[in-house]
Amino acid sequence: MLIPFLAMVRKDLRLFFTDRRAVLLTFAAPIAIASFIGSITQNAGRSTERARISVAIVDEDGSTISKTIVTDVQKDENLTAVTTTAADARERVRRGTSSVALILPRGFGENAGRSLFRPAATQARPQLDVLFDPSRTAEVGMVRGIFTEHAMQAVSQEMFSGSTGRQSIQETLNALDSSSMPADTKARLRTMLAGILAFQQAAPAAPQGSTSGVFSMPYTVHEEAVTARANVTYNAYAHSVAGMAIQFLLFAMANHGIEILTERQRGIWKRLRSAPVSRYLILAGKAASGALISLTSLLISFAFAMLVFGVRIEGSVVGFAAICVACSVMAATLGVLVATIGNSPATARGLTTFGILMMVMLGGAWVPMFLFPAWLQRVTFVIPIRWAIDGLDAMTWRGVGLSGAIAPTMMLLGFAAAFATIAVARFRWEEA
Amino acid sequence: MLEIRCLRKRFGSLVAVSDVSLTIEPGQILGLLGPNGAGKTTTVSMIAGLLTPDAGEIRIDGQLLAGDRDPAKRKIGLVPQDLALYEELTAQDNLRFFGALYSLTGAALDHAMAVALTLVGLGDRMRDRVKTFSGGMKRRLNLAAGLLHDPDILLLDEPTVGVDPQSRNAIFDNLEELRDRGKALLYTTHYMEEAERLADRLVIIDRGQVVASDTLAGLYEKIPAPAGGGRASLESVFLSLTGKSLRD
Repeated sequence: MLIPFLAMVRKDLRLFFTDRRAVLLTFAAPIAIASFIGSITQNAGRSTERARISVAIVDEDGSTISKTIVTDVQKDENLTAVTTTAADARERVRRGTSSVALILPRGFGENAGRSLFRPAATQARPQLDVLFDPSRTAEVGMVRGIFTEHAMQAVSQEMFSGSTGRQSIQETLNALDSSSMPADTKARLRTMLAGILAFQQAAPAAPQGSTSGVFSMPYTVHEEAVTARANVTYNAYAHSVAGMAIQFLLFAMANHGIEILTERQRGIWKRLRSAPVSRYLILAGKAASGALISLTSLLISFAFAMLVFGVRIEGSVVGFAAICVACSVMAATLGVLVATIGNSPATARGLTTFGILMMVMLGGAWVPMFLFPAWLQRVTFVIPIRWAIDGLDAMTWRGVGLSGAIAPTMMLLGFAAAFATIAVARFRWEEA
Repeated sequence: MLEIRCLRKRFGSLVAVSDVSLTIEPGQILGLLGPNGAGKTTTVSMIAGLLTPDAGEIRIDGQLLAGDRDPAKRKIGLVPQDLALYEELTAQDNLRFFGALYSLTGAALDHAMAVALTLVGLGDRMRDRVKTFSGGMKRRLNLAAGLLHDPDILLLDEPTVGVDPQSRNAIFDNLEELRDRGKALLYTTHYMEEAERLADRLVIIDRGQVVASDTLAGLYEKIPAPAGGGRASLESVFLSLTGKSLRD
């Protein structure tokens, strides 16, 4: 059975490479488009478009203020927030599970309260650590804005009505004499703080928020792009090449599957079926040649990106290879599945083009997935392209190890098994 | 050599073939005649393993034919009505592929290709792409592809459709040579003159059923001779058995 199988693979490869248009579309087009998109997104600005964003929040402080902030962030309808440790938060961002991580350091609440009434005392301001996914920079700005809102609410509420606020105001009043601020300012501030203190004593449950002109940003922000390692910068070409290469190899494999329908129309399938070879072997030969073409396409695209744009496999080379192979097998079986759609090449081509474009869009190859509504984001888990792109991202610029390749590889092989099973079940074997 | 008994095939409510039986011996050409939709191609498809019969049996040298991978399928060569060739590949690459389906490799494959191409007169065009061939050359290559593994039984489904008289004549010569080599040929056609020239026996089917099975001479005797003398033509025999109503 090996001789017919190899002959089918060899024949398909020969046919593919004699079709210059198909070769150009499969190999050159993804490189050209990925180069264009990569050049646009490499230094992309931050978007103001919003959606529910996955955030990891770390409370190392444990103060009333920090607890209030964490609770409010978790309640925020624009965010999906999980509390965790600093190390786990960093790992979540590196793996792409969370777009942003916020780390509230020890003393955050106390120092933020003090800084609220001392705009000049910049050294006293606590530092909020913001770790972010560089492929989702647009989401960082939104998280910062939302966090600011919650932090100001929590700090001002505590300052105007909480015990920390009373203590902080009292300390500020005590320190006013030694302050270098002008005497009249001191006097006005003393009057205001004494008023707030009196207000607190009279009405402990003061309304939240404040519009006082003496308020300032109660913290500074330290942002850090988390990639594979500290000295590795984000390379947008890695992401765009993955997206475009997969998109075009899916189209190539759809055409590969449509070839079966063409062969059927031309009577070639009759000749194949009249030979003493298993029907499954015929389809396996088709899938194997498709997988080889897909793998070649992927590797050529990434080789180009490595040579020209400096894309590197910062994670596991074995994992990268496994994902490429799994992706190629998935695409090839999808091609065989295409041959069971419709009775003519034209029908199959129309339906397949629509299907692939939808998968590519939902897979995040065109538009960042965070722009999708929540239900649609959940749908993307059943889109093989998403797993392929996430896996290739993990192995390239994210620098995730072999463990990060297991889930994408298994999912892609699972999709391949499903496609193959459906194709075999639906395939029209009989030739009238 | 090839014996089919009571073959039956239904597509939904349409009975395409009903209780068709026939036998072909080595060194014999059996002409299978019938109007459009009579069941000729369906019968050939079942023998070639492209369709599973609803009932009946197919025996090759007494052995029942069963399944895709039955080695007995090696004894059958199919020449489909369509030009079942890869136009973008050369004649040689086409034959190399079709030969490999029968596990032919190396020197054995080269020899088989040389024999088949020489028989159909395309030895000097083996390295040319099929798309550069004329219709007649493609038909001959189509025949060569079916012969490559040296089958004992050749199923020819209207193998001369759309070819010029010269190519048709060349194909007839090829088929007669194959018969002389002891091959058994099942030949379906619409053309009466082809059947008259080639067939040793004729089976006429209509609406899925065998309506006549005899030698050419035997069929001529089935209807009265024309009033002006001489013998009846095969076409008049055919029309008398199948009727003159149009079959679309």
